[in-house]
Amino acid sequence: MIQKVRSHITQNEPLLFDLSSPGKKGYQLPELDVPDTDPAEALGASNVRREIAGFPEVSEVEAIRHFTRLSTWNYAIDLGLYPLGSCTMKYNPRVNELVARTEGLAWIHPYQPESLSQGALEIFAALETYLAEITGMDAVTLQPAAGAHGELTGIFLIRALLDARGEKRAQVLIPDSAHGTNPASVHMAGYEVVPVPSNDQGMVDTAALDRLVNEQTAAMMITNPNTLGVFEERIRRIAEMLHARGAMLYMDGANLNALAGIARPGDFGVDVMHLNLHKTFSTPHGGGGPGSGPVAVKKVLEPFLPKPRLKREGGQWRWNYDLPQSIGRVRAFYGNFGVLVRALAYILAHGGSGLKRATLDALLNANYLRKRLEPYYEIAYHAPSMHECVFSDRRQAARGVPTGAIAKRLIDYGFHPYTVSFPLIVHGALMIEPTETESKLELDLFIDAMISIAKEIEQDPELVLKAPHSTRTAKVDEVAAARKPVLKWQP
Amino acid sequence: MRYLPKSDLERRQMLDAIGVASLDDLYSHLPKDVLLNAPLNLPAGQSEYEIVDYFRARGAENANGYANFLGAGVYHHYRPALVDAVVSRGEFLTSYTPYQAEISQGTLTAIFEFQTMMCQLTGMDVANASMYDGSSAVPEAALMAMRATSRDRVLIARSVHPEYRETLRTYGRFGGLEIGEFDYDRDSGAIDVPSLEARVTDRTAAVIVQSPNFFGIVENIRQAAGIAHARGALLIMVFAEAVSLGLLEPPRDADIVAGELQSFASAPSYGGPFAGILACKEKFLRQMPGRLVGETKDANGNRAFCLTLATREQHIRREKATSNICTNQALVALMATVFMTVYGKEGLRELARQNLSKAHYLGGKLKRRFSGPYFNEFVIHGPESVNAALEKQKIIGGLPLARFYPELEGALLFCCTEMSRREDMDRVAEAFA
Repeated sequence: MIQKVRSHITQNEPLLFDLSSPGKKGYQLPELDVPDTDPAEALGASNVRREIAGFPEVSEVEAIRHFTRLSTWNYAIDLGLYPLGSCTMKYNPRVNELVARTEGLAWIHPYQPESLSQGALEIFAALETYLAEITGMDAVTLQPAAGAHGELTGIFLIRALLDARGEKRAQVLIPDSAHGTNPASVHMAGYEVVPVPSNDQGMVDTAALDRLVNEQTAAMMITNPNTLGVFEERIRRIAEMLHARGAMLYMDGANLNALAGIARPGDFGVDVMHLNLHKTFSTPHGGGGPGSGPVAVKKVLEPFLPKPRLKREGGQWRWNYDLPQSIGRVRAFYGNFGVLVRALAYILAHGGSGLKRATLDALLNANYLRKRLEPYYEIAYHAPSMHECVFSDRRQAARGVPTGAIAKRLIDYGFHPYTVSFPLIVHGALMIEPTETESKLELDLFIDAMISIAKEIEQDPELVLKAPHSTRTAKVDEVAAARKPVLKWQP
Repeated sequence: MRYLPKSDLERRQMLDAIGVASLDDLYSHLPKDVLLNAPLNLPAGQSEYEIVDYFRARGAENANGYANFLGAGVYHHYRPALVDAVVSRGEFLTSYTPYQAEISQGTLTAIFEFQTMMCQLTGMDVANASMYDGSSAVPEAALMAMRATSRDRVLIARSVHPEYRETLRTYGRFGGLEIGEFDYDRDSGAIDVPSLEARVTDRTAAVIVQSPNFFGIVENIRQAAGIAHARGALLIMVFAEAVSLGLLEPPRDADIVAGELQSFASAPSYGGPFAGILACKEKFLRQMPGRLVGETKDANGNRAFCLTLATREQHIRREKATSNICTNQALVALMATVFMTVYGKEGLRELARQNLSKAHYLGGKLKRRFSGPYFNEFVIHGPESVNAALEKQKIIGGLPLARFYPELEGALLFCCTEMSRREDMDRVAEAFA
């Protein structure tokens, strides 16, 4: 039975361009307090455009209604459980939004004098220190704009170190369960990707790894816990294997939410890692960004970190550009400062013991879901789960209902689907990460929905295959969208 | 911990259901030698009030109440109230990337509108759903050109934002992209055409030009494109000040446009988060990195939107993807969309004209270094020491350029926007008089 939702009326809304009428306005500029400059005279007539053809012309009230109506067509954490595996969709505390809008933080220019930016620099310093403590690493850069950007930065660092040592190594090892960004980042850094198979526990096959690590290996990129939610129990052995042959261990920190306060990558052999502040540290996903992907390193990689770096001098913070071994910038300015503010607010709210409490509740929620769903769905690997659990659709697919259809049916029950068909090594994966900020009540509703769907598949598979049934937008034809792409409105 | 929505009784019930005695048993399978044996050395958890107080105190340590004449890629433009009203809605703020189209039509529709407006502004055929920022959009555009032309060298103007060029160099060093630079004309401040002509070869994948350039000078994109195209290279047009597009002729002769949208409703926020954009001619679509939203229909025949052409992307193609980009800057792109909607067709033009007028008011009173046409930024001779005197009057003056251009020792880059007040501009003019 569907308990969590019932239908309600939503508004239709045309595109902005269909709302437009010539001369409608939603703005008023102050009267110009200087003489008006004629654009054609100042810039040359050929440099001045006649108009912005097609640009919207709507009133303020139509604008707010437009975007408000659109917003009601979205699912969101604020509406309920968002169990996307490896995405860590947790509650986004509103105080973080409030502090990021503090006048003295939001309206400061990156090139204003350092003497007038000490509060901002102190925020960078505090966050670097705390992230180093949480990860057990020696130094942190906050410059990368997102997780994949952090991966790229981290691999650049490894390559810069090897270049400095005069070592030409061409390969990076990546487990077959890894996120797609890992091989893509490695490729952009000029390395060849060598896949590492997983064993029957869902962990890295260390015997295979032993055969693959050689003098061509620059690094291995590992996610721990991996994308199955399984902790790589032989992680120390893996690190030793790599280090013994002169290779580095990179850790994708996407799943740090399982570890904060109980184990630190720096203590188990990781040389370099990135963190996703929009995952573990709860900065809002915003429909796909902005994120932030700090990179934490061991001492040996510190000289290569992007510039500038913070330096304390004469009781003041300043930016240090005198870093001859630095890989250079990976972007302009210093990082997604507004996101860093939010992440620091999150850490301050928790403190050390609070972060550990959050981790434990994340493990509790995932293991509770797993235990309750195991009778109905086949767990992909029997190894213990950390913060997420991955099922296979084998049982349901045998009745003709694949993971993608189960996901769509969940929408009718009022939930956002789990991550579908990933990791690739699982047959029809259902990858579920509840995070710690879900109540038992919400989890129980989700469990009931999943059990109910499992029963529907037994009795009426068509019902599930044709889902969703209750959304304002019925099943969307993605194949048609790709066949003949329409990527903008045209009159 | 106030963000954890469970009572101890509920925890007990859940542990019982799992069949373990305590929370610590949930990770007892981890090897002992990976466990952290001490509490994290962090301050104790704080109340909401203490957190607000901490950040207010940090904010108070920064410049407050200063008039600001800095631009150089980050601009002080007014943010209409509607922007925060819209992006504060939890349905936008706390949603994920819209992979599940049926329950993400709000975000998808807004991105489709965003892509459309980006095409209208730039004169390109297609635009993506955003990049991290303008600086990282430049190497992505260069790599795109490299794939499209099967050439391995790009030429970038020295008048492109120095930090964008640094970013390109980092990507280039590791990504097999050779980067050459060409000079600017010492009189006009625009690109030095002979310097470009002398360097472009049959190996050049793209020529990269910014307009208005780092000195605020409007470049002749048509001419630069002509030079590039004559040797089979692409022309990548970069913009850092999006408001200029309200007034300037769109760069129709470019093949790829890589831009920064901070001006459209992002507070300066000490350099981020902003949003970048890539737009291009139709024929380069398959080489484009980043997310794209396309129009389609739902099962009832109604118009619907979804993410599309994902075979370019890392989650499908892994190492064969056009880029590693995953998370972009969706919420910032939404802010830009609201901003563009509020100003609209007339407003963006009027806004740009106010920027032009303010800059020309102050520019007309100071000794400018370059003679080329300028939008809302200009370089003056200095001296730099005047900045210190201005600071005493709570005015942050222009950006000293010597750190980026040794030959421009003493020169300062000034920016005026619609938020620059005449009285402050007069004080600046007086200080340099």
